[in-house]
Amino acid sequence: MRQLNQALHDSTDGSFEVLRPDGRHAIAVGLDSAATVTIRGHVGYYCGGMNQQATVVVEGNAGPGCAENMMSGSVRVAGNASQYCGATAHGGLLVVEGDAAARCGISMKGADIVVGGSIGHMSAFMAQSGRLVVLGDVGDAFGDSIYEARLYVRGKVTGLGADCVEKEMRQEHATELAELLAAAGFDQADVGEFRRYGSARKLYHFDIDHAAEY
Amino acid sequence: MTPMRESSTFPRTVIAEIQRAAREGIYDIRGFGAKRAIPSFDDLLFLGASMSRYPLEGYREKCGTDVAIGGHHGAPPLQLRIPITIAGMSFGSLSAPAKEALGRGASQMGTSTTTGDGGMTPEEREHSSLLVYQYLPSRYGMNPDDLRRADAIEVVVGQGAKPGGGGMLLGQKISDRVAEMRDLPAGIDQRSASRHPDWTGPDDLRIKIEELREITDWQKPIYIKVGATRTYFDTTLAVKAGADAVVVDGMQGATAATQEVFIEHVGIPTLPATRLAVEALKDAGVHRQVQLIVSGGIRSGADVAKALAMGADAVSIGTAALIALGDNSPDLDEEYRKLGSAAGFYDDYQDGRDPAGISTQDPELASRLDPELGGRRLANYLNVLTLETQTLARACGKTHVHNLEPEDLVALTVEAAAMAKVPLAGTEWTPGN
Ligand SMILES: Cc1cc2nc3c(=O)[nH]c(=O)nc-3n(C[C@H](O)[C@H](O)[C@H](O)COP(=O)(O)O)c2cc1C
Repeated sequence: MRQLNQALHDSTDGSFEVLRPDGRHAIAVGLDSAATVTIRGHVGYYCGGMNQQATVVVEGNAGPGCAENMMSGSVRVAGNASQYCGATAHGGLLVVEGDAAARCGISMKGADIVVGGSIGHMSAFMAQSGRLVVLGDVGDAFGDSIYEARLYVRGKVTGLGADCVEKEMRQEHATELAELLAAAGFDQADVGEFRRYGSARKLYHFDIDHAAEY
Repeated sequence: MTPMRESSTFPRTVIAEIQRAAREGIYDIRGFGAKRAIPSFDDLLFLGASMSRYPLEGYREKCGTDVAIGGHHGAPPLQLRIPITIAGMSFGSLSAPAKEALGRGASQMGTSTTTGDGGMTPEEREHSSLLVYQYLPSRYGMNPDDLRRADAIEVVVGQGAKPGGGGMLLGQKISDRVAEMRDLPAGIDQRSASRHPDWTGPDDLRIKIEELREITDWQKPIYIKVGATRTYFDTTLAVKAGADAVVVDGMQGATAATQEVFIEHVGIPTLPATRLAVEALKDAGVHRQVQLIVSGGIRSGADVAKALAMGADAVSIGTAALIALGDNSPDLDEEYRKLGSAAGFYDDYQDGRDPAGISTQDPELASRLDPELGGRRLANYLNVLTLETQTLARACGKTHVHNLEPEDLVALTVEAAAMAKVPLAGTEWTPGN
């Protein structure tokens, strides 16, 4: 792992292939170059963590915390992703072609996340900014204590978390959604089938009458 | 008529709090640390030299104070000239000049300072020769460039003032700059998470630390900071998770903004926590290899020396550093009174109207703090702490402050004897042994 990451850190661009990742942790973390890394198999925790600029492709499933705190570039998971994928990510694009587990996009801070399948509970918890698109369904407590992130869902939402509400889908939202779907390679999806969710902004200042929601 | 008598159950402070709660309908949030009396290093004494031990000559015979922190897993350790560091305090809770002053003071004395829940500012990086970068649940402003720019990384699991609690920064302190660094709208009350978003438990933490090491090419020492609670187990688990240093923050450690009920009622004091952490490091066979930094209520060279004698490698200070910068200065008494407080009592760090320009984001107030002068005062204060620590170490015949040991200590109270596991003064009795 050390040699692999060191080689990736030392390169300024180019294409890399990782064969037999065997579920190892921290593959291709901390990259800061225009490199493309294709991982042929399943990865463990934190694959693509803190990515800057690079393109990371996982041809398999990803363990917890995939693309956590990504700054820019992109991470694509062909299979499913475990918990907290895209956690606190500041920028870049994370695409999960399959499903993502609980806490997808937790505390996200500006990244774009597009999930082809469904996502688990407590997703987009305290999501600060950025955009999350889900083509499938969403688990309970979606967007709990959300700040300014924008959430788009095509399937059904089991339940919304505190201060998260459905919002009107205006033209600008349809446009940005179409762009996100195209960027993620899901251009065939119909923008009209999605609903938008975001913050009611009622928890932004403490109010005794909302105390039960904290 | 019966004479007026104040109730011990309902003294004036308690009555006032009930009245405040009934009026406002929200728990009291404040800064500073616990104000109740608790067993502390004050309850220990040094034995000093005698017939069987001889002292060093003050001023003549050398008494070393340097310490290296964080080399256990091969990263270049922080070489500190003194065993006293500046604790993590966020930009946001503190003004930019205050952060700069902390960096300047620490750098003059050859020690480290620490970022906080709000990211790294260029000013503090520039003015801190050794800067520890905190990795917190909120991950505000967290980015790999700053990780690489840091001299060490401190994974914050908890804080003594609020083990198990998250951060708070009230709207009046969320200026545009603070908001931008945290990716939040300006002016809102901001509650940061109490758990890390992408790991739970020590097994995950081990993997997280591996990731941080990979990102930084194994070049940065990694500290783990815990609030003092189940300190023996927390320290053991921190070592297992791969920490190069463990920071244990006692319950009296300060905060920028926490519920009063939390500050006063959760966690254990620094005194027993220090002993528990040392025991855990010894049992794991890594005492002095994985360094222990203790904080929470460190005020004087006596506190520093006692913490070291109990087995800590260094201490960390928050409140005392702010006081050195000018917090609670009598010169500002009139202004504190306008805020309903007084010099020596001010604890409203959450409020953002600090007349000393320290716990504020108001540009006018912040500009009152001259970072050079503040840095100078902090350096003076750190110098005094160091000289006092050396004075005590020399009196015990030690050529290095780290040669102080539990054998040099006795306890004044049964409680302190039990917590520190040193004998009650004048007896051979250590409760629990
Ligand atoms: C204004 C202020 C801000 C603080 N911010 C943080 C923080 O961001 N992260 C953290 O781990 N601890 C924070 N702390 C706690 C300190 O790092 C430290 O644990 C505590 O101040 C030590 O106790 P002492 O104040 O008695 O020296 C803060 C403390 C104060 C006073």
